[in-house]
Amino acid sequence: MNPVLSNLITALARFLIFPGLLFAVPAAWFFLWVERKAVALMQERVGPPFMQPFWDFVKLLGKSTPPRPGIAGFIMRAWPLIAVGSAAGAVGLLPVLPASGGFEGDLILLLALLELPSICIIAAGFSSRSIFGEIGSAREAALSVSYNIVFLLAIVSIAASQHTFRLEDLAALPSSPLRWLGVVAILICLPAKLHINPFSLPNAEQEIYSGPMTEYAGPELAMWELAHGLEWVAATGLVATLVAPHVALAWGTTLLAGGIFVALSVAVVLLLSVLAAATARVAIDSSVRFYWQCTLIFAALAISSALFVRFRS
Amino acid sequence: MKFWKQLMCTARRKSPWLFHMNAGSCNGCDIEIIAALAPRYDAEQLGVLLQGSPRHADILVVTGPVTKKAVGAVKTVYDQVCGPKAVVAIGSCPATTNVFIDSRTLDGPLDKHLPVDVYVPGCPPRPDAIVAGVVKAATLLAERGYAAENIEAETVVIGDPEACTSCCESKPQEGAEVQP
Repeated sequence: MNPVLSNLITALARFLIFPGLLFAVPAAWFFLWVERKAVALMQERVGPPFMQPFWDFVKLLGKSTPPRPGIAGFIMRAWPLIAVGSAAGAVGLLPVLPASGGFEGDLILLLALLELPSICIIAAGFSSRSIFGEIGSAREAALSVSYNIVFLLAIVSIAASQHTFRLEDLAALPSSPLRWLGVVAILICLPAKLHINPFSLPNAEQEIYSGPMTEYAGPELAMWELAHGLEWVAATGLVATLVAPHVALAWGTTLLAGGIFVALSVAVVLLLSVLAAATARVAIDSSVRFYWQCTLIFAALAISSALFVRFRS
Repeated sequence: MKFWKQLMCTARRKSPWLFHMNAGSCNGCDIEIIAALAPRYDAEQLGVLLQGSPRHADILVVTGPVTKKAVGAVKTVYDQVCGPKAVVAIGSCPATTNVFIDSRTLDGPLDKHLPVDVYVPGCPPRPDAIVAGVVKAATLLAERGYAAENIEAETVVIGDPEACTSCCESKPQEGAEVQP
């Protein structure tokens, strides 16, 4: 077969089937349920039923939306769709199955796609012209500037120590202390990236209503919920792909790669949910200070030692 | 198409999102709403979520006799809720203006301004009555189907209002002599 055509088919299959939309959308609902249920159990509640995120999604699809005339309304409707598309693309890039393809530099594309939903949220808040949306967007922007430095430095330090920007090679290379340091740094950034406690500032209920989503209703809100769920899948999946090959090798099998990926993702979701239930929201200045003062030192240490390792070898 | 309608009906029944509106309440009913959402009664197991924005909500939960200052806000918030929507009046105040009846600061009761679907009487009502009222409103939403607005509201009263008024009256003790 024509190599270009076969590459295209592989890419489409990864985007649409596994680990793309066909897998990622139910997984997104499942992860949202796991998060809500875990928080409920921590608070000694029964919690939502298993199908709850799915029912919420269907119900929102059936609601009416306020009229949004003109180009501004069109742009406002476009943001949630862009967010869903980029989050689904990020999930599709994850090297879950061994030898599933990929290309040199797909790590950079993955980072860009992971960042797009947050940029969409910022833009959506400002384009909705709601005062609460604008406050939420400003907070999201401040938070994004803070945690992304640590997040990117952690990933770049892993990539630099392993001499590659290709996800599949990165996942397959042997474990090192630097990689585990990087994984911990990514885990510290995830609560801010997923807007959960203690960094649930952009969509802080009781303070600014729903932040950037205040003006969204019906199917648009359903798309935001879906984008949020897909972000969960992509972010926890990134951690899982960095950890999974080692678990798989330790168990002496690579056949169970998909299952191990899902199990590790759920474990990360549980960890983050327990953290969210156990903590209260931190103020915006404290959050920014936390990332710039406390964690940046470790990220700088990680990248400098990665460069040191690289030049010594 | 029929399958989609049935799915939507189930989804509306299983996922009622609330917006809580205080129209001059004494805060008694408001803390009972919080109690209905808190761990002891845990309304989230029925899919109930309290939302921050009226745009996200399906059911508008109103407490308080509607004061003159609150009339505009109540109408605005009701218009912001996207259809299909329902209104639940929590407590005796939005139903009858309760002890504040004939007050010059009031412009109530609530059904003067909005079509109310479910009344939950009580001063304040118990959290389980509030949960029952919200579930009843969600069932009404599901039955209404594709009719987007609630023009012809069906009124439901949760609990027995007669029992409430009769218990407030002084009853003679059994065996006691009643003086005329």
